[in-house]
Amino acid sequence: MMRRFTAFNLVSIVLGFAFLYLPIVLLVIYSFNASRLVTVWGGFSTKWYASLLENEAILDAAWVTLRVGLVSATIATVLGTMGAVALVRRGRFFGRTLFTGMIMAPLVMPEVITGLSLLLLFVAVDFDRGFWTVTIAHISFSMCFVAVVVQSRLVTFDRSLEEAALDLGATPLRAFVQVTLPNIFPAVAAGWMLAFTLSLDDLVIASFTTGPGATTLPMKIYSQVRLGVTPEINAVCTILVALVTLGVLTATIATKARAFSPQAEAR
Amino acid sequence: MKAALGAVRRSFQPWADPAAKPFITFRGVTKRFGQFVAVDNQTLEIFEREFHALLGPSGCGKTTLLRMLAGFETPSEGDILLEDKPLAGVPPHRRPVNMMFQSYALFPHMSVEANVAFGLKQDKLPKSEIGDRVADVLKLVKMEAFARRKPDQLSGGQRQRVALARAIAKRPKVLLLDEPLGALDKKLREETQFELINLQETLGLTFVIVTHDQEEAMTMADRISVMDHGRIVQVASPAEIYERPKSRYVADFIGSVNIFEAEVDNVTPERIHLATTDGFDVACDADIAAAKGQTVWFAVRPEKVRISHAAPADAGINAVAGEVWDIAYFGDMTLFNVRLDSGRIVRASAMNAARIVEQPITWEDRVWLSWSADAGVVLLD
Repeated sequence: MMRRFTAFNLVSIVLGFAFLYLPIVLLVIYSFNASRLVTVWGGFSTKWYASLLENEAILDAAWVTLRVGLVSATIATVLGTMGAVALVRRGRFFGRTLFTGMIMAPLVMPEVITGLSLLLLFVAVDFDRGFWTVTIAHISFSMCFVAVVVQSRLVTFDRSLEEAALDLGATPLRAFVQVTLPNIFPAVAAGWMLAFTLSLDDLVIASFTTGPGATTLPMKIYSQVRLGVTPEINAVCTILVALVTLGVLTATIATKARAFSPQAEAR
Repeated sequence: MKAALGAVRRSFQPWADPAAKPFITFRGVTKRFGQFVAVDNQTLEIFEREFHALLGPSGCGKTTLLRMLAGFETPSEGDILLEDKPLAGVPPHRRPVNMMFQSYALFPHMSVEANVAFGLKQDKLPKSEIGDRVADVLKLVKMEAFARRKPDQLSGGQRQRVALARAIAKRPKVLLLDEPLGALDKKLREETQFELINLQETLGLTFVIVTHDQEEAMTMADRISVMDHGRIVQVASPAEIYERPKSRYVADFIGSVNIFEAEVDNVTPERIHLATTDGFDVACDADIAAAKGQTVWFAVRPEKVRISHAAPADAGINAVAGEVWDIAYFGDMTLFNVRLDSGRIVRASAMNAARIVEQPITWEDRVWLSWSADAGVVLLD
């Protein structure tokens, strides 16, 4: 049944999207502002992007963020996938419900508490705070998101595929790498993207666990905004938005192409 | 020629030879899942090149038995031996058996070719040999034209063939088939049954098949193990299972049958005389030890019951009168439901060998049902 597209629907959609995207659109527009004043339009210019390239503090922060994101997302994906496989595949073992619950808990835990508890831990074991403490902190919370995403895919994955691989002489490890992993790969990739994005925009946990020389971009932006917004910040944010959009689009297109091409050929 | 059970005489009968060594042995195998006993202390011998069917309703333990042989389940008690070597502790990927899964379990991200080559690659065979063997088995199952397709570009019947090709590519000692024809439509299933028999004969493999379809088991298997609630209740050739069932369960599970409760009246060396609770007497060939006064059951198949208007010559024995209650006409044969005076409905079928019948049997006719002394069997259980 085709639903009629009423004026009410149109207004809802326009207002909804405006609410979501108007701030971002404004941010992008003002990043091309020639004026130094953030809220006054002074003509089109890309000079803030040029000056950004000379702002070492921001470039350093961006580089730290990127490294933390790549390293923490990758390790979190490995650990989270292993956790999901253990929870789904090992059948009923003692305390399984507890473990499943415990993997979900960090998702709803207030960030302030996660950050503070990690800080206390690092102080207690006398770990020098810096790049690695931020990375470890990011791994510990983004791993749970990966586990949840991969777990939901594994539940629907036909177990007999893995059994068939074993039956045909593959060792359990090869069966996992050659059969299970390619089939759950979209979920693993999505988990990685999620972990990377979470790491990229985290401010609270990073602030708690960081040390000298490991200022991330969100922290840098936040501290600069407190001194006043400059169009340079708008430019940085625009680049970030562009990067995230590109990543999400690539992931979507990649999974869509995987899912639809064989059928399209067969029919 | 010696009289034999059923219409088929088979020359392949290693189980009848006391000197023959079994190929696969289940010895006192029990499998428990928590409180539930899936397989209950069962012993079974399967011989080389045998086509063996495990037959039973769902939940009877037949799939568990198969999965224990493949190594996906570990017996709670007992041993499984292959060529006299115990399989305990051998993981699935080191067992010389291959399985065709009920869901086919084809790898969706690999082409047909790569699916079939998967097992050979695990053995690190040279590339050229893998290519040759993949081409050979695909030709055997007539799928060589589809080598480059992905599983989701194939029909159900084609997928079944690829799954079969993949399972036989490694030339396993035993091929396990879990409901191999379950997902096919009726016509395709009948064709595939004969193809499987031919394949088994060509390759000379031992097949163990799990099925709930009695027709499938009867057509394909050399021997059938009928299972019920974790126990094997009878192991025998299809003809023997059909013509000489050991219990009411087996008689009723395979084909259609009339069963009467009876008391043993007299036992002579040739005959057992019974008095049924439905009020007629039976004299049956004696091939079972029964004592006078014992409660037994008399089972006779519908096609072995004659139906006629006229009373048979010796109407006092192996005959009973009744009223035609229902008729089902199938073309080649007709099935009559006859209501005895005791109220019991008895089934009798007749081949329609002639096109024109002078005095056809019709509804509410008074008819006689009769059978010969070797038509039925006495069941103790």
